Amino acid sequence: MKGNGRLVHSSLEKTSLRLGLLPLADAAPLVIAKSHGFFARHGLDVELSVERAWAALRDKVAAGVLDGGQMLAPMPIAATLGLDGVAVPMVTAMNLSLNGNAIIVSRALHERIAELVEGPVDAGNSAIALAQLIAADRAQGNRRLVFAHVFPFSAHHYELRMWLVSANIDPDNDVQLCVVPPSQMVQELDAGRVDGYCVGEPWNEVAVQRGIGMTVATKHEIWNNSPEKVLGVTRDWAYAHPNTHRAMVAALIETARWLDQPENRIVAAEQMIADGVIDAPASALKAALEMRTGGIVFHRGAATFPWRSHAVWFMLQMLRWRQCWMAPNFSDIAAEVYRCELYREVAASIGEPCPRSDYKTEGDGRDGSVMPSADGRSIRLGADGMLDGSIFDPVDPIGWLTRQKLGLPAVGQASLLLANVVP
Amino acid sequence: MKVYKLEASQPPASPKPQRSSSYSDKAPSSKMAHRGLRVMLVDDDASRLLMLEQALVAEGHVIVVRLDTQADLLAGVTVHQPDVIFIDVDAPSRDTLESLGQIHRERPRPIVLFAARSDAETAHRAVHAGVSAYVVDGLHPTRLSALLDVAIARFEVHQALSQELTAANARLADQRDIERAKGLLMKRRKLDEGEAYAMLRKMAMDRKQRIGDYARLLLAASDVL
Repeated sequence: MKGNGRLVHSSLEKTSLRLGLLPLADAAPLVIAKSHGFFARHGLDVELSVERAWAALRDKVAAGVLDGGQMLAPMPIAATLGLDGVAVPMVTAMNLSLNGNAIIVSRALHERIAELVEGPVDAGNSAIALAQLIAADRAQGNRRLVFAHVFPFSAHHYELRMWLVSANIDPDNDVQLCVVPPSQMVQELDAGRVDGYCVGEPWNEVAVQRGIGMTVATKHEIWNNSPEKVLGVTRDWAYAHPNTHRAMVAALIETARWLDQPENRIVAAEQMIADGVIDAPASALKAALEMRTGGIVFHRGAATFPWRSHAVWFMLQMLRWRQCWMAPNFSDIAAEVYRCELYREVAASIGEPCPRSDYKTEGDGRDGSVMPSADGRSIRLGADGMLDGSIFDPVDPIGWLTRQKLGLPAVGQASLLLANVVP
Repeated sequence: MKVYKLEASQPPASPKPQRSSSYSDKAPSSKMAHRGLRVMLVDDDASRLLMLEQALVAEGHVIVVRLDTQADLLAGVTVHQPDVIFIDVDAPSRDTLESLGQIHRERPRPIVLFAARSDAETAHRAVHAGVSAYVVDGLHPTRLSALLDVAIARFEVHQALSQELTAANARLADQRDIERAKGLLMKRRKLDEGEAYAMLRKMAMDRKQRIGDYARLLLAASDVL
């Protein structure tokens, strides 16, 4: 690498790339990296492909029709564990965004919740009110409430469950969960086929602006600054194109830095509309991308770093909710899928401060807490608290799992212990 | 949710596996493996739908429901109970299908994806990577049944394999853990191998547990102590 952080372009294994994304506000890094020349600066000529389903994006990346793309954070892990039906192992070397989802309920359900709540509705009291409503509905023989999310292996799915279990609501028995594509959420809510959903922006803003739904909880309230999208490629692709991979990560870290300048957010929204990436009202997209506490984060607080503690967290959710039927070795899989080493090389080359450690405790981080960076500087991290106030120590994932009251893993505790014995 | 590879360039491998009873109440009436299948079609392109429908009906299949890509797919599956689903590769509701196998009441179903001719590269590569079963626009109708047979055969093989794999993994894990627990007892209690195994078996029986499960408990406990 050269001192200025740009790879010698002739060392790139491939310069013309096709990357996939979904029409969502947090696809901004890919859109801006292309439109504002960040990819080009690193010698990459990128064509973006707007996909309409995560399954289609995954299949195309797996098949090599796309070189990689924006993925839901749990997707590369599910692919590597072979849980997604395709089982083409994938890796990620960077996070693309934090926050950005919310749980929206219909106006009718919101009214019922608000009646039971003193003061403003928030993530905590809305779940408690919902538990009372579910009990009342059951006593009267009413149908179960239906909540939608976007994909089996998505942060949305786990956030919805975290919100429900925070009030001891059993997500598998007390309500009905289903999957609805993001762009169809608002119409499903409007038609009364779902009572609530957890989806990414701008589809929450759209429901609120059109007066169809009301926010009861944000992803940030459920887990502060938690991982949402990642840059995913197949393991084979990463192996065959290490320099192109580095160039892509460098361009996207620089884009993330640009995106976290408040004045650039509106530019990003306008660019996405001009490029025809999203078919949603401009006002909703602009509001969704506005920088505010709890809003979408692209760069602040080491947001782009692929924390392996996030990988372990997602594996635990897959186990807890019986999507995973075998005992994974947490640290091995996390190291295989989350490529911290590649991130650190890139960070050093572009002067980006970067955490020294691959893991952090989740749940006890205060906003503005300081962590030493790999290059001797320091990084200010965002808060990482959870709705139920729990603390997740990635050193003891099994301990965390056994403390949960709801959600029984299909894998016995003993098998988990054995798979994770350090030799 | 499984998506199955379908090789459009090759005829189905023989011998064809028997259709499992779960895909139809009617037994196969002839050597043709899959007739009378209940098919669900999901697409927005009316002319393509018509082409597929005619081809499938000509082969003796029943179109139980046609849906556009905005329709409520799960309700369609629940009401019409299709044996196989044909869906546009780019339909947003593909993500809904991904959750089919994960909903307890719903069994996974074989899926055939179809792509526009302009997207033939996607189909071709996906087939080669073992990702998906693809039908490309303009495919000759007589090839359709053969493709369908392969899609279902692959689906059944995959289902059987994953069940076998689970069972085999469990057996392997049992063997490994029993060996390790035996080793632990031999060392701690100064027993020989036969005595250690007898002790392990008795402790498991006393607690009404499978010996493999008990071995794991013992190992986990020893790890903590």
